[in-house]
Amino acid sequence: MNSSAFKDTLLLVVFATAILTMPIWLKPFGAAYPDLMQRFAIYGLFAIGFNILFGLTGYLSFGHAAFLGVGSYAAVWSFKLLTMNVLPAVFFGVIVAGFFAYLIGFISLRRSGIYFSILTLAFAQMCYNLAYSVLTPITNGETGLQLTLDDPRVLDAQAAAGSIPGTTLFGIPMTGITGFYFCAVVLIIGFFISMRIFNSPFGMMLKAIKSNQNRMSYTGFNTRPYLIWAFVISGMYAGLAGSLLAVTDPLAGAERMQWTASGEVVLMTILGGAGTLVGPFLGAGLIKYFENIFSSFNEQILHEAFAALPDGLENALVGLTSLFVGEGWHLTLGLLFMVIVIFLPGGIMEGVRRIGSLFTRSGSKAKSESSTAPEAR
Amino acid sequence: MDNVVFHVADVHKSFAGLHALSDIDLSVTEGETHAIIGPNGAGKSTLLNVCIGRLKPDSGSVVFDGNTLTGKKPHEINQLGVVRVFQTPEIFPDLTLLENVMVPCLAKRDGSFKLNWFKSFRGEKSIRDHAVETLVDVGLESQVGSHASNLSRGDKRRLELAMGLAQKPKLLLLDEPTAGMARHDTNATIDLLKRIKATGMTKVIIEHDMHVVFSLADRISVLAGGRIIAQGTPDEVKGNPKVVEAYLGEEQV
Amino acid sequence: MDSILLQILNGLDKGGAYALIALGLTLTFGTLGVVNFAHGAIFMIGAFCAVTMNKLLTISKKVKDESITFFDAFKEQPYLEIWFGDTGAKIVEYSVPLSILLAVPVMILIGLAMERGLIRHFYKRAHADQILVTFGLAIIIQEIVRHYFGANPIPQAAPAIVAGSASIGEWFGLGPNLVYPWWRLIYLVFALVVLGSVFAFLQFTTFGMVVRAGMQDRETVGLLGINIQKRFTIVFAIAALVAGLAGVMYTPILPPDYHMGMDFLVLSFVVVVVGGMGSLGGAVAAGFLLGILQSFASMNEVKSILPGIDQIIIYLVAVVVLLVRPRGLMGRKGVMED
Repeated sequence: MNSSAFKDTLLLVVFATAILTMPIWLKPFGAAYPDLMQRFAIYGLFAIGFNILFGLTGYLSFGHAAFLGVGSYAAVWSFKLLTMNVLPAVFFGVIVAGFFAYLIGFISLRRSGIYFSILTLAFAQMCYNLAYSVLTPITNGETGLQLTLDDPRVLDAQAAAGSIPGTTLFGIPMTGITGFYFCAVVLIIGFFISMRIFNSPFGMMLKAIKSNQNRMSYTGFNTRPYLIWAFVISGMYAGLAGSLLAVTDPLAGAERMQWTASGEVVLMTILGGAGTLVGPFLGAGLIKYFENIFSSFNEQILHEAFAALPDGLENALVGLTSLFVGEGWHLTLGLLFMVIVIFLPGGIMEGVRRIGSLFTRSGSKAKSESSTAPEAR
Repeated sequence: MDNVVFHVADVHKSFAGLHALSDIDLSVTEGETHAIIGPNGAGKSTLLNVCIGRLKPDSGSVVFDGNTLTGKKPHEINQLGVVRVFQTPEIFPDLTLLENVMVPCLAKRDGSFKLNWFKSFRGEKSIRDHAVETLVDVGLESQVGSHASNLSRGDKRRLELAMGLAQKPKLLLLDEPTAGMARHDTNATIDLLKRIKATGMTKVIIEHDMHVVFSLADRISVLAGGRIIAQGTPDEVKGNPKVVEAYLGEEQV
Repeated sequence: MDSILLQILNGLDKGGAYALIALGLTLTFGTLGVVNFAHGAIFMIGAFCAVTMNKLLTISKKVKDESITFFDAFKEQPYLEIWFGDTGAKIVEYSVPLSILLAVPVMILIGLAMERGLIRHFYKRAHADQILVTFGLAIIIQEIVRHYFGANPIPQAAPAIVAGSASIGEWFGLGPNLVYPWWRLIYLVFALVVLGSVFAFLQFTTFGMVVRAGMQDRETVGLLGINIQKRFTIVFAIAALVAGLAGVMYTPILPPDYHMGMDFLVLSFVVVVVGGMGSLGGAVAAGFLLGILQSFASMNEVKSILPGIDQIIIYLVAVVVLLVRPRGLMGRKGVMED
């Protein structure tokens, strides 16, 4: 027992170290700039939260982007009305998203399986459509919600006139690398909470619900509040991620709520390994990394890359690869989606485990470890 | 009969006009082991489903310890101390045996819902010890850490029994606890049930195997065609011509 | 009265498209047990069959523009016109209905390939996996189409003879204000004919009988020793064909773009759920019902009372139906219960 507590602490320490030293070890990968690292942390949080619902209970929500969007709007409103300090913004982002998640979860969780997926999708689409139409006074429609000069910001002392202030943490500006460290600390806290949930009786109940929900009620559990809490907690994570997006760049648009965005978080989670602790973060990081790399490629870069080859071959290769990069990044994403689901349903963590069990002589050790993190099938 | 804890009163249930159960009256006293027997299709499983709240009777009531069970949700019935062991093993295939048994223990301790998210599940020492003890009782101590999906069918049934027993129920409803078991497993299960009987737990057993019934039951109700045709001690039932007829009728066909 | 009738008519053609897509979705559901998120992409492929056909028919040559006399001007003239004159021009004009000739083999092939290559291996997998893998496929199809046809909608014209509006009001003696575009009317009739043929096929042929029995109880039909697998492949191809034709004919109403598939997919899924998973009649009824409701919700009179209702009406109906009648309007017990 002590050894497992030790393992957890070790995992947390390793994770925190890896996150905080990202600016160093990401350098060789060309990814050590703040904007991208912020996205790693933010979408990592989003996926970690989504995993608490999907990975533990098996309920596949197709509407989590709505909570991300709601979190962003709430945070930007906090910047507009109250203060440029990020803590209230994050607080409101989480609370408002949690409230929305409660409303939507309360209704959607009356059904399970595919019906649940469709219900969450329907609600998310409603939020998205409303954000573009009736709710324009709150969301500013297609332009997106932005800071303006005449925002009240009642808690802030009057700043220098004529410029829109940036987000701060008690005076420390949340731009660039400090912005990243703020997101990183929030991510580590989020990871810690997710770890506690995974190892707690509550988390075990969620796993049991996934395994055999019917049996849970005959065992004396009211499964509904468990599911609602799992939904609300994962919605709060999404809201947290949304508010951090606003912290690093104080504007919010409805396109964040589109259902393709919900699909993306599903992909991040299964790519890394649904139901595992670290997997969703890895999935989010990889997708954001490759999105950044791939979508920055254009034909010219490709021509340079293949310049050593004979002209005919060069042109053919450029033509082929240009399908997958730049604007075609989504094609790569779709392929990745299919490959993972077909060949590696447990995601990267499953792959790591398979490779690991090739090397360990007794498969029993791998098995006992897998019991702490049963992967989704 | 003193101290009736479980009472099925005048229950009727029909499916699409077909009478599955009629005029069922059943009283079980505290500490009693009551067996329900009957030929195939007599309505035994329907009766059990009514008792556990899975089916709603058309009329009549099921009362346990002063609480009406009819219309209550499955988890509410469980929380009253009524536990059912299923005929086809209902377990958590993705969890380990230990976790399978710890989960019901938590239902007993924490009630139907508790947002217990910060403590460690493995750190629940008393729950853990109790679960291990129960697994030893049913003879699964060697596989505590393995996944439940890897168990043989007979072992799955024993695991399910352990899940039920771990909750220390006030009333245990057993649906053919030895069906599909090999002979020596059956004997081990009978021994286990006898030991439980010594603790004074009230039990209702639905069983096909007469050997099991006559080694365990204090009283027997014989169900045929959805009605109780005989009720009494094993000896009384054995000599009842109606029972002989109901069973012989089946066996000759 | 007129405006109500007009809204119903307006809803019917959209409803027809929903019904056609939803029919295929629910057919694959009920028989193969597969949740196909790529079905919208199939609809989109159908629409782009029309675009391709039009491109093929208008392969052109640069010729001197005779109408401009004071300097040498050139214009593109389709070979068809050069070779066949007016007949050629007529053929170009009828490119949308002619696309059906192209779409039928293409859609059937795509259906067969998809079922054989992918869907078949996912019969026994969890619904979540089916959703994810077909979602990935949909993204791929969508991106390939975008790569070749660009991101902008490509308008397709209906033949000139049906370009105007039918004065339906006068037909029924309701006054001249009630007019309805010919093509939409044609689409509605077309949808009804296709729906009718599919139903007749399932109702009156042995093949259809087996398929319907398969929808009732897949296990048992499999036990009968009937080669259900082969039939499932054909069912999937039919579903693809129906969605593809729906897409072809819809192009004059909505200029196709690469993401129209996803837009229609989400709505069609809602239609299927409202109608009841695995219920063919339910899908059709719900398709038309939701189409009509949507067009009512976009009336100004309604919008002034309930602002934004046009944006969410379909989802709202879905939520209400799922909560009140969990199995949908005409769903059967036991279909996709978990």
